[in-house]
Amino acid sequence: MFELRKDIFADERDDNLKEIGKGTQRQDMLGHVTATSTYFNDHKLQGMLHLKVLRSPHSHARLRRIDLAEAERMPGVRRILRGADVPRNLNTLLSLINFGLDDEPTLAVDKVRYKGEPIVAVVADSEREAFEAMGKIRVDYEPLPAVFDVEEAVKPGAPVVNETYPKNTFTFHEKYDHQKLRFGDVERAFAASDHVLEQRYQMSPIEHAPTETNGSIAAPDTNGRYVVYTSTQALFFSLDTSAKILDVPSNKLHFIGGTVGGGFGGKVDTLTEPLAILGAMLTGRPVRYMFGREEEMQFGSPRGAERIFIKDGIRRDGRIMARQVRGYFDSGAYTRLSSYAVIKCVAHIPGPYTIPNVHADVFCVYTNRVPATAMRGFGVTAMDFALECQMDKLAHLVGMDPMEFRILNAYRDGDMKAHRRVAKNTALIECVQVAAEKAKWTLRDEFKRASSLRDGGGKRAEIPPTPRDPGAMAARPVTPAQQRTSYDRGLTPPEPSRAPPTPAPPPPAAAPASSHGATRFSSVFGRRR
Amino acid sequence: MAKTALQFRHNDREVAVFVDGGTSLLTALRDSVGDHSPKFGCGQGGCGACTVLIDGEAHLSCLTLAETVEGRAIQTADGLKNGAALHPLQAAFMENFAAQCGYCTPGMLMAAKALLDHNPQPTRQDVIDGIAGNICRCTGYEPIINAILAAAAGGGARRA
Amino acid sequence: MPVNVKTFATIPEAAGALASERDARYIGGGTLVMRALNEGDLSIATVVRVRDHSLGTIRPAGGRVTIGAAVTLAQLLNARDLAFLHPVARSIGGPAVRNMGTVGGNLFAPAPFGDLAVALLALDAMVSVQGSYGTREMAMEEFLAGRERAGLVISVSCTRPASPEAFRYRKVSRVKPKGASVISLAVHVPQSSGRVNGARIAYGAMAPTAIRAKAAERALEGRSLDEAGIAAAVAVAAEGTSPATDPIASTWYRREVVGVHLRRLLLGQDT
Repeated sequence: MFELRKDIFADERDDNLKEIGKGTQRQDMLGHVTATSTYFNDHKLQGMLHLKVLRSPHSHARLRRIDLAEAERMPGVRRILRGADVPRNLNTLLSLINFGLDDEPTLAVDKVRYKGEPIVAVVADSEREAFEAMGKIRVDYEPLPAVFDVEEAVKPGAPVVNETYPKNTFTFHEKYDHQKLRFGDVERAFAASDHVLEQRYQMSPIEHAPTETNGSIAAPDTNGRYVVYTSTQALFFSLDTSAKILDVPSNKLHFIGGTVGGGFGGKVDTLTEPLAILGAMLTGRPVRYMFGREEEMQFGSPRGAERIFIKDGIRRDGRIMARQVRGYFDSGAYTRLSSYAVIKCVAHIPGPYTIPNVHADVFCVYTNRVPATAMRGFGVTAMDFALECQMDKLAHLVGMDPMEFRILNAYRDGDMKAHRRVAKNTALIECVQVAAEKAKWTLRDEFKRASSLRDGGGKRAEIPPTPRDPGAMAARPVTPAQQRTSYDRGLTPPEPSRAPPTPAPPPPAAAPASSHGATRFSSVFGRRR
Repeated sequence: MAKTALQFRHNDREVAVFVDGGTSLLTALRDSVGDHSPKFGCGQGGCGACTVLIDGEAHLSCLTLAETVEGRAIQTADGLKNGAALHPLQAAFMENFAAQCGYCTPGMLMAAKALLDHNPQPTRQDVIDGIAGNICRCTGYEPIINAILAAAAGGGARRA
Repeated sequence: MPVNVKTFATIPEAAGALASERDARYIGGGTLVMRALNEGDLSIATVVRVRDHSLGTIRPAGGRVTIGAAVTLAQLLNARDLAFLHPVARSIGGPAVRNMGTVGGNLFAPAPFGDLAVALLALDAMVSVQGSYGTREMAMEEFLAGRERAGLVISVSCTRPASPEAFRYRKVSRVKPKGASVISLAVHVPQSSGRVNGARIAYGAMAPTAIRAKAAERALEGRSLDEAGIAAAVAVAAEGTSPATDPIASTWYRREVVGVHLRRLLLGQDT
C-alpha cells in the first residue's frame, strides 16, 4: 500500500499533494482496452511493400563481393538497396548533439563488424517473396579474426573492430580513450587504509524483448514529403537521424509516433526508419521494415555488458577512504549510445557516498558483438549493481551491519562530491532508515538518529589536493558551481537588455565543429528551409 | 497463383476476403479485414499478442492458416464492446490499471474472455493458467490477474 | 511464390502428395508449420491438409489406447479416459496452444519441445503411419529416429499405466506455469512384489528427439523404489544422452541435473 512519509524533510515542501498517492488513469488506457491505441503497424497503406534485410552470418569479415543479379530478377522484387544507395552511409546517433564521430553504416559496404549487421535490403511485394529473393543473394565473405572480450579488445594488436576508432576505444574530449574522474589521491589513501578490497564485476548484455518488435512504415505523402509511422521512443532523434542519413532537410519528413509497444530503451536507435524511407523514395510506394521476433532478440540492440573493477581502501572503523573504479563498457561494433552511458556512469561514481579520494577510468570499448544501446538507466544501473555488491562485501570485511555501513558512509548535504559539486537534497540515510524499519531490520540508535541534514560540509566540503595524470590537459580554473559539459557548442547567452527584444537576424552559417554538419539537418537546432 | 476465397463471421458480421496460400489468420484479419486489434509479437506461438477466439475457443491467429476458418466464428478484441459500452473485462482492466504500453492487452482480453466464458468463477491459479500463454513485458501481471478476478466477481458487470 | 495449400479428403491421397513433393509439409494444428512459414522457411512450398475425421478419434483397445493424430491437447484434457496424460498435456503451452497443438504434431516438435512424445515413449507407444505403400505401425523410437521421412501420422497408441502411481511425469522449466523444457522426464515403473518390472524412462530436451534412458532402465529393473534401490539408475541417468545448449539451458547443466530430477521423480518427491 502507498504510504507518504511526510515526517521526513517536513519543512522542505509545500504539502499540498493533489496527485501523489491517488491512482490517476493513463490518458491512453481507454485506447488500450478497446484496442484503438495505434501502434506503428496499425496502418493499412495501399500497395505497401515489405523490406527484409540480409544480415551478416559472420562476426567480422571483409565483404569481397555482393552478387544481386539473380535476386533482383526474382518475382515480386521491386528494389534491392545497397550501401551505395544510402546518401550518407556513415552516422552515429549522437552526432545530432556533436558527440562522437560517424562510425556506423546503414548498410555495410566493405566490411561487416558483427553477426547480424545489415548488408542489403530487399523490397518486395510480400514477405515471402522478400525471403525468396534473399535466398538468391550471393555474398563472398573473407572472415577476419574477431574480438569478443572488452579487455582483449583494448590490448595492442587486437583486431581493429571499427576503423573510426582504431584502438577499439571511444575518444573522449578528443584526447582520451576513457572518461576520467579524479578527486584526491587514492594511492596515498590505499597505503594508509587498514583494508584494501579489489573485486571484479560482470554484467551480461540484456535484451529488452518488447512485445512489439522494432519497425516503421514510410510512404510518399502529399506535397513531396514522406510520412513515417514508427515504433521509436525518440521521435525527433529518429527524424533528424533519418534526415541526415538520407541527406534531406528535416522538414521533408513527417514522423508520426504511435504508442510504443514496449521500449525500455530498445527503440531509440533509429534501426528501421532510414531504410524504410529510402525504400519508399526509390520505389515510390509505402514500405514497411519490421523486425521479426528472432531479429529482435538476436540483432536488436541490447543493454551493453559492463566489466567493472572496484578497489576500495577502508579504515577499520568502516569509513571508506578511497575508491578506484576501472570500467569497460562493451559497446559492440558501433558507438550508438555507449559513449553517453560512460559519461553517465562516471557521473554516478562513487555512488551516494562521501569518499575523500576517488579515481575512475571508464572505457567505451568496441568488440565484434551486436551494438549496445540504452536500457532502463543504462550506464548507471550496472555500476550500481557493482557498487552495492562491493558495499556489502566491505561491510562484511569490517564486521559492520550493511545498512549501518551505508549510513556511516552516506553523503550528507554540504559534502563535496567527487565531481566538485556540493551535495544537496541528499536522502540516502533516510531511505536506508525507512527500508530498515519496513524490513524490521534493527539499527543501532546512533544510526537511527543520523540525518542527511546534519554532519555534512565543513572539512567534508573541501576539494582535496589531486595529483595530475602524466600528460594531462592544462588545468582550467574550476569552481564547484561551474557546469562542465563535454559538448559545449560555443554558444554564448545574449546580453541582458532592458529594451524589448528585437528579432535577431538569422545567425551566419557557422562551420560545424564536426565533419557531418548535423545542424543543417537538425530540427533540434531549428534550421529549416 | 490464384488466391483463396474465405468467408467467415468476424465479431458481429460476415466478412469475405481473398488470401494468398499460406497466409495466417493474423495477416488476413489485419491486412484484408482491416481489424488491427490482434497484434504481431512473435509469429512463433510464444507471446499470445495475436490471441483470438475461434468458435469460442482461444487460438493464436499467427499460427492459424487463414483458410481453416472458413464458415467459422472469429471474435477479436475489436468486437468486445457492447454497442458503445465497455465489456466488463475492458472496464475491469481500466479500473485495475492492467496495461502500460497496451500491446499485449487485446490478446490478454481475449484469453481472459475465453477463460471466463468457460469458467465464470476462476480461482487465482485458474486465472494464472488462463493467461499463461500471454506475455506482458510491462505490468508484471499482477494488475492483469486482479482485473480478471474483478471482472469475474462482477465488479465490471455494472458498467456493461 | 505464395505457398500452395492442398486439402485432401482421404489420408492416402494426402500421404501421396507428401511423398511426391520434396517441399511439401503436412499441417496439423499449425503450431510448427505456421511458425516456419512466418519465419520465412523456404523449404516449405506446399502445405498438405486432410479432412478425414477419423484422425480426431480416441479409441480404447484393451490395455492400450489409440489416439488419432489430429486429437488436440485440449481434447486430450477433456477425455476422462486419458487422465494419466492430463498432467503432460497441461504442461504444454498455454490454453490457445493446447486448443491447436495435436498429438501427431507433438511427435515432430524439435527439442526442447515435444513433451507429449516423451510421455508416450515411456508408455511403449506405437505410431501408425501412412506411407506411399500403405500403412504400417512402428515403435515410437524407430519413428522418432526417421520422422522426417516416415509419412503421414495417423494415430499413436500407448499402454495404459499399470497403476496411477506407476506412471510419473515431470517437466522442469524456468518459466512457470508454462515454458520450454530444461528437461522433461516420464517414467513407467510397474511393480510386482515391491520390485520394478518393465521399467521405462524417457527424457525430453536431452537429445534432438525424445529418448529412452536405457542404461538407467536396466539399472532399475528388479529394484525397489527407495533411495538404495534407485541409486544405480540415478548414477547412470545421463548415459546415452546428448543434450544441446540452447537459450533455455546448457549441455553441461542438463547433464548435471537430469539425475537429480530422476531421483526425485522415482522417489515421488516434489521439486
